[in-house]
Amino acid sequence: MTKTNLARWIAVAFLAAAPGARAMDLNMPRGVTPMSHGAYDLHMLAFWIMLGIAVVVFGAMIWSIIFHRRSRGHEAAQFHENTKLEVAWSIAPLVLLLAMAIPASIVLVHDQDYHGAQLKVRITGYQWLWHYQYLTPSAKPIYGFYSRIATASEERMSLGSKKSPWTDKHYLEDVDHPLVVPTHEKVLLLITSGDVIHSWWVPKFGGKQDAIPGFVTQMWINVDKPGVYRGVCNQVCGAGHAYMPIVVVAKPKARFHKWLKSHQHAPTAGTVAAAGKPALVAEDEQ
Amino acid sequence: MSNEAVAHAGHEHAHGPAKGIMRWITTTNHKDIGTLYLVFALIMFFVGGAMAMVIRSELAEPGLQVVDPAFFNQMMTLHGLIMIFGVLMPALVGFANWMVPMQVGAPDMALPRLNNWSFWLLVAGMTMLVSTLLMPGGAPAMGWTMYAPQVEQTPYAFPFMIFAVHLMGISSILGSINIIATILNLRAPGMKLLKMPLFVWTWFVTAFLLIVIMPVLAGGVTMLLFDRFFDTSFFSPAGGGSSILWEHVFWFFGHPEVYVMILPAFGIISEIIPTFSRKPLFGYTAMVYATASIAFISFVVWAHHMFTSGMPTAANLFFMFSTMFIAIPTGVKIFNWVATMWRGSMTFETPMLFAVGFLFLFTIGGFSGVMLALVPADFQYHNSYFVVAHFHYVLVGGTLMAIFAGIYYWLPKWTGHMYHEGLGKWHFWLSVISFNVLFFPQHFLGLAGMPRRVPDYALQFTDLNLISSIGGFVFGATQLIFLYNVIRTVYRGKQATAQVWDGAHGLEWTVPSPAPYHTFEEAPEVP
Repeated sequence: MTKTNLARWIAVAFLAAAPGARAMDLNMPRGVTPMSHGAYDLHMLAFWIMLGIAVVVFGAMIWSIIFHRRSRGHEAAQFHENTKLEVAWSIAPLVLLLAMAIPASIVLVHDQDYHGAQLKVRITGYQWLWHYQYLTPSAKPIYGFYSRIATASEERMSLGSKKSPWTDKHYLEDVDHPLVVPTHEKVLLLITSGDVIHSWWVPKFGGKQDAIPGFVTQMWINVDKPGVYRGVCNQVCGAGHAYMPIVVVAKPKARFHKWLKSHQHAPTAGTVAAAGKPALVAEDEQ
Repeated sequence: MSNEAVAHAGHEHAHGPAKGIMRWITTTNHKDIGTLYLVFALIMFFVGGAMAMVIRSELAEPGLQVVDPAFFNQMMTLHGLIMIFGVLMPALVGFANWMVPMQVGAPDMALPRLNNWSFWLLVAGMTMLVSTLLMPGGAPAMGWTMYAPQVEQTPYAFPFMIFAVHLMGISSILGSINIIATILNLRAPGMKLLKMPLFVWTWFVTAFLLIVIMPVLAGGVTMLLFDRFFDTSFFSPAGGGSSILWEHVFWFFGHPEVYVMILPAFGIISEIIPTFSRKPLFGYTAMVYATASIAFISFVVWAHHMFTSGMPTAANLFFMFSTMFIAIPTGVKIFNWVATMWRGSMTFETPMLFAVGFLFLFTIGGFSGVMLALVPADFQYHNSYFVVAHFHYVLVGGTLMAIFAGIYYWLPKWTGHMYHEGLGKWHFWLSVISFNVLFFPQHFLGLAGMPRRVPDYALQFTDLNLISSIGGFVFGATQLIFLYNVIRTVYRGKQATAQVWDGAHGLEWTVPSPAPYHTFEEAPEVP
């Protein structure tokens, strides 16, 4: 065990934050898109309702465990069956469930309204990298590139790697070419796969859609804050499943469109080569 | 007259088990076969558990230290398949074999030879599955869900995995037919359906579930086999097929399968809580109907495993509502158990401790289950560690705790010896504490964005993963106490009375402990 490891074990023993690591949020992020806000609000609503039920049910159980035990001399009552009570405890959960299901339905209909996006991005999952392709509203390709895990992680992620993951601040969450999106603009993501099922998940965007060969799934975002947002492949897709991170850079609308313009005339082949296309995909395309 | 006497003498001669290993290979006795199932489950529990230890060792720290990702995925896949098909289901079938005939007053299972065959098919299937570890390219590595088209990348193990699933499926179907036949035909006079103990009821319903779903899985994996070897393209878009079809076929099996594992556990808990509360079960009829409703609804909720697969809004809404609806009969069950405990005269021997542990942990798993049903929130939870926490609360905190409770509850009846109460209590407290250390932090990991089925993760997930791994090692080691306690009880321990527990009711407590090799050769009187 190295010294850093030992220090970490000790740190964990005292439940202190580990040196070098960013503090982890314990809750779902509220995120930066309408979809993530909706998911967060529902999550919190459900959490409080569940907590309420837990207090009542566990409260009754604990009360009973403490007071209705033979060692305290409690005699067993022999009651059973009570239709009124049984109807009540079937109806009460129904009301609580509807209190969650109705807002969830409203949010879902909103989440799945894909109309009105000017900009479209086709996202294709491969074992084990992503390809991003910007499309015009009429689905003409504008600019596309591959996005694969950053070299810094690659040097640290194998059995017996000489370098420790702890020397890479964004271990397993950095890529060579991030996806760039505008803020305050509805962007439609068209997600598919070139081989097996993957899933495109950026927690701060409120969820994921599976990348399925032969299908195009959809998801829309409207990012309300510039920044760097990180995610992962969320469907086991083979040995490299943990090694196809997602990075999205959200730029203010005007700057984004300037960026896209400056790239859209770049020759596609050159761009792909610069992105370090792996042999696997290159072979596929031949 | 003399003929009758001779026949009877011959019959007497056939009593008592054969000697040696052939007793276990050729047995048609429901108690022997029940024991075989339970011993098999116990062995596989440690095999699957060892795999979990490999998983938690690798996940204790970021970076790879123990295994490479390909082997990690094999461990993850086999851990799931073994724990489901090799531990939880066989253990519950073991309980059914032992207890269903004794609880309905039958001399044996209705189809004793089929019973033997069901067990040995299971052993053959499981052995074939585990043997894939030794094949070139290793065991299946795409998770127990076997999603197409990735599953078709499995090397040599592929046809063996499918044949293993077929064998285990046949075993389950035959076992289920046997259970239904026993319950419908061999009940003692006076044992009306609505007088049967709840454990019998839950297995009766479960057996129907199995008969419906197992052929679906068998059909699905056969289609996989054809895709790979006979040039069909059921699941391959290149030939006009669809990998979504596999998801539908698999989950049409997979979701009721979850209830296959939890319903008999409900039955065990419904036996134990009244015994140690010294009070009748609060709403027997409601419990029976709740069991049946859960089973029916479980057929129309499968696509809640597929909310992120791009289903149309209407389908998402249907599966959200049907899934949430299942919370109502499940709630009825939990309220009934609490109402049974209420104003009882409770004592907390080990079976009751595990039953109460089940109540707490399963209910927590139920809470996260309702949260997972909310589609927009599920877009976040789906396939994250939140889901891993959820189903371990249900299957370990739920089913496994119920199995432990049932073992401690009926072991004195099976062996004639009382288990060691002190060790039982240690087993309970260490298990329940380490279980929570192991799985509770995984809720937070999932919410913070850690996906499931990864051998490695980003740095900010380290602390909780390490805590979870420590919990895992303690949980694993604790099970050795259980193993020792069970083996010890088989050979020695205080002599158990026929009644064993003063609050227990039911036919199984009217026969001596240990239960004689043959019970109820003449139908008992049902009060």
